[in-house]
Amino acid sequence: MNADLAFDGVLAAGLLWSAAAALLGHDRHRAVIHFIVFGLLMTLAWVRLSAPDIALAEAAIGAGLTGALLLDAVGGAGAAGSGAPASRWLVLPLAGAILALLAALPAGLPPAATALPAAVAAALPDSGVTHAVTAVLLNFRAYDTLLEVAVLLAALLGVLAAVRCEQRARLSAAPVLQATARVLVPLMILTAGYLLWAGAHRPGGAFQAAAVLAAAAVLLALVGMLEGWSHPPLRVRFALVVGPWVFLCVALPRAEQAVLLYLPPASAGGLILLIESALTLSLGLALAGLFLALLRGTPGAGGAR
Amino acid sequence: MLYAFTGGALFALGLAATVVPGPSLRRVLAFNVMGSGAFLVFVGLAQRGGTPDPVPQAMVLTGIVVAVAATALALALLRRLERNAPSAP
Repeated sequence: MNADLAFDGVLAAGLLWSAAAALLGHDRHRAVIHFIVFGLLMTLAWVRLSAPDIALAEAAIGAGLTGALLLDAVGGAGAAGSGAPASRWLVLPLAGAILALLAALPAGLPPAATALPAAVAAALPDSGVTHAVTAVLLNFRAYDTLLEVAVLLAALLGVLAAVRCEQRARLSAAPVLQATARVLVPLMILTAGYLLWAGAHRPGGAFQAAAVLAAAAVLLALVGMLEGWSHPPLRVRFALVVGPWVFLCVALPRAEQAVLLYLPPASAGGLILLIESALTLSLGLALAGLFLALLRGTPGAGGAR
Repeated sequence: MLYAFTGGALFALGLAATVVPGPSLRRVLAFNVMGSGAFLVFVGLAQRGGTPDPVPQAMVLTGIVVAVAATALALALLRRLERNAPSAP
């Protein structure tokens, strides 16, 4: 018990320190590196909170993809930005008030949480999968997931509309990077397939698999085998929408029920796997597209760094 | 429970850094820190009894994906802003 508390305390202190270092520094590169460290410490925090699905997603998306996006953003040209004005210390009372409010809030809460875990466990046999988080994501709260996919595609549309990427495919000259990519990318695709399949009965699922696929695309873009997106071809656009389209087709009420997004218990497992496979393809492409549309790199990217 | 308090502190820190005028990249980072703090509060409070609760975990999973989408959109808009008005911070 004591060792647990010590570990949690050190982890919490590390989280606060890396967040403060990311937000209070003046150097943009260092701020982004501190932020990536913050993301990795968050992954450990999710593991300590018994949330392995979130840990997988945070590592791949929160620390990995967001870190890649930010590193690419600071790698380009641009002014360093002026420092904050002297009146910035006025925000301290605001932050202190919010902190005091948040610290006082749990005092009024009942000792145990709601009856949701018991309700989920009771309905789990009918959901088609045996992992509770997957059942909640794709069966009980499938509406949220459907809208989330729509939000991701809308963000991709916004990114494509706002910037135009002129990065051409140019093989990087760094041999170690190329060899690593050639070995790692097939393994990452295999891992994504495993995560997709394993989501039914252990931590995993469509989002984690899509994040690993997006990371493989980022690696290929860094090596130079993938070029930035300016006008995605037709088959890419088709692949982007096939996920939500399959989801919608399954969601639409059929003859024998009048409810949206109802999965009959007999075929729920197969339907969930179908939806997850289509979602992995679309979400992986969308997450990769978020990076590839913003790809800038450095003009003389011969590989040496 | 400790993580819920840490999440609250992160939320306050991120909120403070978002409100202060300064480099736009710092505010994007602050927005992400705020999001992570909110997720920690959410899951930390829900699991203060020790039993993992799948519903807030699914919601936080959704939140992480939406946060990365919002970050990418913010970076795209910042780059467009830089191109149109290079002297603006």
